[in-house]
Amino acid sequence: MDGWDFLLIVIRVVVIFVMLMITTLLLVWFERKVVADMQDRIGPSRAGPWGILQTLADGMKLFFKEQITPRKVEFGLYIAAPILATVPAFLIFMAVPFGRPFTLTLGGEPREILLQGADLNIGLLFILSMSSIAVYAVVLAGWSSGSKYPLLGGVRATAQAISYEAALGLSVIPVVMYTGSVQLSEIVEFQRANLQFLGNVIPFIPNWNLFLLAPSFVIFFIAAVAETNRAPFDLVEAEQELVGGFHTEYSGLRFALFFLAEYINMFTMSAIAVTLFMGGWSGPTWDGVLPALVSGVLPTFWFFAKVVVLLFVYVWLRATLPRLRYDQLMEFGWKRLIPGALAWLMIIGVVLAWRQFGNPWS
Amino acid sequence: MVELILFVILSAVVIGGALSMVLGRNPVYAAMGMLATLFGLAVIYVIQLAHFVAVVQVIVYAGAVMTLFLFVIMFIGVDKAQSMEEGLAWQRPAVLVVVAAIVAAVGGLVLSGRWEWITGDRITSGGQLAQIPEAPNGTIEAIGESLINRWLLPFEATAALLIIASVAAIVLAFYRPRRVSPATEDSE
Repeated sequence: MDGWDFLLIVIRVVVIFVMLMITTLLLVWFERKVVADMQDRIGPSRAGPWGILQTLADGMKLFFKEQITPRKVEFGLYIAAPILATVPAFLIFMAVPFGRPFTLTLGGEPREILLQGADLNIGLLFILSMSSIAVYAVVLAGWSSGSKYPLLGGVRATAQAISYEAALGLSVIPVVMYTGSVQLSEIVEFQRANLQFLGNVIPFIPNWNLFLLAPSFVIFFIAAVAETNRAPFDLVEAEQELVGGFHTEYSGLRFALFFLAEYINMFTMSAIAVTLFMGGWSGPTWDGVLPALVSGVLPTFWFFAKVVVLLFVYVWLRATLPRLRYDQLMEFGWKRLIPGALAWLMIIGVVLAWRQFGNPWS
Repeated sequence: MVELILFVILSAVVIGGALSMVLGRNPVYAAMGMLATLFGLAVIYVIQLAHFVAVVQVIVYAGAVMTLFLFVIMFIGVDKAQSMEEGLAWQRPAVLVVVAAIVAAVGGLVLSGRWEWITGDRITSGGQLAQIPEAPNGTIEAIGESLINRWLLPFEATAALLIIASVAAIVLAFYRPRRVSPATEDSE
C-alpha cells in the first residue's frame, strides 16, 4: 500500500460518485421520455436537445428553492433522513464491478486496476446489508415529519421492506450455490464461459445465470422493484392516498436527496441483477482484432447496455401496471414470492447434490 | 496506529450510542442510539478482518431486528410521558451487585497480569502480542467450514431452538383462555 494505491482508491470512489450522479440525471430524463412515449405524449423537450438537460434544470431549481421546515418535526432525525437515504444508495454500487480489470504501469510497477469500488469477498452480503439499511431513511422521514400522511407512508415502507427483503435474499441464494461464491467479481467470471447444460457445452450462448436460474431472476427483479418502492409497489408514496408519502413534508434540496436516492437505487438494483444473472460486464471484446483501448472499454459498454435494458423494464412496469392494494402487496410477498423462492431453493439444492454425488439410487 | 485511532473513534460511537439508548427519553432516539452501537461494533469487526461477522451483524441486527423495533414503536405510538416506575424492586441492587462482580473479576485479572483470560491466547501472560496467523482471504470459507463440520450439532440445535421459540411466540400470541359463553366468541 503506497501512495499510488491510495490515490487509485480515491480516484475510483470519485469516478463512481460522478458516474452515479450523471446516470441519475440521464435516468430521470429517460424515464420521463419513455413514459411519455408510452402514453402518447411528447415529454420534456425544451432544455437541451430532446430535453436531455431537463433534469439538470429541475435539480438547479430544487437546489435554490426554500427549504420549508414544518413546526412539528423532530429536527435531528428530520435532517438525518435524506442523508441516510443517499449514503447507502452510493455505497451499494461500490461493490459492483462495471468493467474488466486492466493493468497499468504506475510508479514503476504494473498495477491491476479494478473497475469496481472494492472487490469485497463478501460483496453480495454487503449489498444485502446496505439495502436493508436504506429502509431507515424512509421510516425516519415518515416518523420525524410529525404529520399523518408521512407516518402512514413510513409504516407501509417498513412492512414492505421487511417482507420483500426476505424474498430478495432467498432469490439470491441459488446464485451463490450455483456459482459457489459471494464475491461479485467471481460471479461475473463464472458467467463468462459458454453455457453448460446437462453436461453439454452449448456454443455461442454465454453461461448467464439468467438461463438456468430464471425463476430466481424473476423473483429477484420483482423484489428489487418492491425494495426500491417503484410502481407498481409504490404504496409508500402513493400520491392519491398519501399526498407524497414519507417525503410530503420535505422540500428543496432535502426532497432532491430522496429523489436522487430513489433513482440511484433503481440503477444499482438493475446493475446487481445484471451482475448476478446477466453476466455483468462480460461480452464479446474481440481482443487483438480491435485496438486495445476499444476492447478495454467494450466490457463497460456491455454492462451499461444490459443495465439500460433492465431500467427500461422498470419504466415499462411503471407506465403499464396499476398500483397494488396493500393486502395484495402483503399476500403477494408472503404467499407467492417467499414460498416460491423457498421451493426453487430446494429444487436447486437437489439438482446440485445430484450433479455432485450422482444418482441417489445407484 | 490507524487501528488505534479507529478503535478510539468507534468506541466513542459505541458507548455514546449505548448511553443514548439507555438515557434517551424518546424511544425512537433510543432505537437510533442502539443502531449506532450495532454499527460501531460492525466496523470494529471489519478492522479485525471479520468481514462476514460484520455484515451479518448489519443484516440481522441493524437490518431486521431494529427495523422491527421501529415498526412496533411507530405502530403502537409511544406516549412520551411513559411511566418510569419499576416493577421489579430488587432489580437495581441486583444490577449493582452483578456490575461490581464483573468489575472486580476483570480488574483482578488485569492487576494480576493474566491477560489471556480476557483476550484469549492471542496475548501471552507478559502482555506481549502472540503471533497472529495470516488473515485468510475471506472469512466465509473458514466459518462455513467449521460450522458445517465441527459445530454442526450446536448449529442445528440453535436452529431448532429458534424454531421452537418462534412457534411458542405464535402460540402465546394466539392463545385465548376458554370463553365463558359461546355467544361472546361469535361476536368476535
